[in-house]
Amino acid sequence: MLHLDEKPILEVKDVSKLYAENKGCQQVSFELYAGEVLGIVGESGSGKSTLLKLLSGQLASDNGEVLYIDREANLHSLFEMPISDQRKLLRTEWGVVHQHPSDGLRMNISAGGNIGERLMAIGERHYGDIREESIEWMASVELAADRVDDKPSQFSGGMQQRLQIAKNLVTKPRLVFMDEPTGGLDVSVQAKFLDLLRRLVIELKVAVIFVTHDLGVARLLADRLLVMRHSQVVEQGLTDQILDDPQHAYTQLLVSSIVR
Amino acid sequence: MSGTYNYGYLDESTKRMIRRTILKAIAIPGYQVPFGGREMPMPYGWGTGGIQLTATLISPEDTLKVIDQGADDTTNAVSIRQFFCKVANAKTTEVTADATIIQTRHRIPETPLTEDQILVYQVPIPEPMRFIEPSEVETKTMHALEEYGVMRVKLYEDIARFGQIATSYDYPVIVNDRYLTNPSPIPKFDNPKMHMNPALQLFGAGREKRIHAIPPYTKVESLDFDDHPFEIQQWDESCAICGCQDSFLDEVVIDEEGNRTFICSDTDYCRLNLEKQGKESVDFVAFQKQQSGAE
Repeated sequence: MLHLDEKPILEVKDVSKLYAENKGCQQVSFELYAGEVLGIVGESGSGKSTLLKLLSGQLASDNGEVLYIDREANLHSLFEMPISDQRKLLRTEWGVVHQHPSDGLRMNISAGGNIGERLMAIGERHYGDIREESIEWMASVELAADRVDDKPSQFSGGMQQRLQIAKNLVTKPRLVFMDEPTGGLDVSVQAKFLDLLRRLVIELKVAVIFVTHDLGVARLLADRLLVMRHSQVVEQGLTDQILDDPQHAYTQLLVSSIVR
Repeated sequence: MSGTYNYGYLDESTKRMIRRTILKAIAIPGYQVPFGGREMPMPYGWGTGGIQLTATLISPEDTLKVIDQGADDTTNAVSIRQFFCKVANAKTTEVTADATIIQTRHRIPETPLTEDQILVYQVPIPEPMRFIEPSEVETKTMHALEEYGVMRVKLYEDIARFGQIATSYDYPVIVNDRYLTNPSPIPKFDNPKMHMNPALQLFGAGREKRIHAIPPYTKVESLDFDDHPFEIQQWDESCAICGCQDSFLDEVVIDEEGNRTFICSDTDYCRLNLEKQGKESVDFVAFQKQQSGAE
């Protein structure tokens, strides 16, 4: 959903991180508006995940600038802010959903504890409130409320991924990063998961930047697409425009390779 | 004293190093200061951290008391006391008020401490967040940035599973409004005693090679939830030996039929109570005989 009258919440300017020549990502620039869903697509090794890690503060960049405007309209420069502020941003206004749930969840802590962690981290001190909110979020991501005390290790892959979503959304972030969120899921679970994700994104007006190599996922979820190849963005634009009328040779190859 | 050892077993340069560490630990209450922990002539887990602290602090003028679970006569206490008798020619006592250094495993004495006393704790795991966050890099960052939300996750899990905060020992505290600290596995019954205590409290972790401190008269706050406030253990029973109701009680087996009763964990406090009542002190073996004979 685009709100063109507003200022972008995230401004990425000439961001680069190279491991070797054309390995990593370089000279990436784009803007992201509130509530907008941006997909990063491209083949393995094209730099998608590197870019996501740079943007979410998990990796230091070689150069460039990432500007973020928070809820109170304060401007932050991601690479220049103190690490404490960066981490605070990551557990309040931002969220990160990992490809492997074990990277994003505490597997030996109950589902409720996982969801409640971010609340406790921002100073919530009332057990009853934390638990109530955890149970509400279990329902929002279509997990049975009576499994709130079960550990994620007893959940299926799809359930773990939904729990990760709940864990991130509980503090009502404005921007969520997702790395191959449907990577480990089978097709039917993937479809349900995407439905849920689309509903939550629209309901909560949360902006999302996600990485995928699956153009089907990209078409379902993304408002806008960034196509990467050999560490560079080769094409960007509205999802329909890119998928129906690809301009760059690589994008044309990518689109034509979808199995129909 | 044996001629083979330096006074107090440790050599003087090691003592200097540990004293410097202690000073730093006192300057930053609750902060875990790394130190060059030495090999001691006993295995890790037997109190090597506490022993290094005591060996550094002890002088010929000191009187040492050693307790293990509150008792002066249990294995760990007896062997450490004997160690210091041998290597430091130490004057020892079982009377809390007479001691200048008290080395403890898992209890704070019931008798209130004074400004002239130092309490040395033996610490197995100094990092309170270790069981939730295995990475040392991450826990250090969390300490630096005062990110302690994750510690409440453990308490949350307790309430979710047991209906109450089931953590009953090594109950996490915030020292001086800043550092999250493990009080070593003392029962949470003793947590309030750490708050504004006149005595210096030193914590030594031998295996992990960390020392932390709570200086005299320092604020120590136990973590809790607004709707599940911090509570200490309580008993319906009173001590079967001295009859007191205000001390930490151990449940002990008294005969071969498995009958059980409750007695003070702090043996010196129990003896003191009997003295006040004009009764003779009873050791545990005699007590057991007396109990099983009565039935």
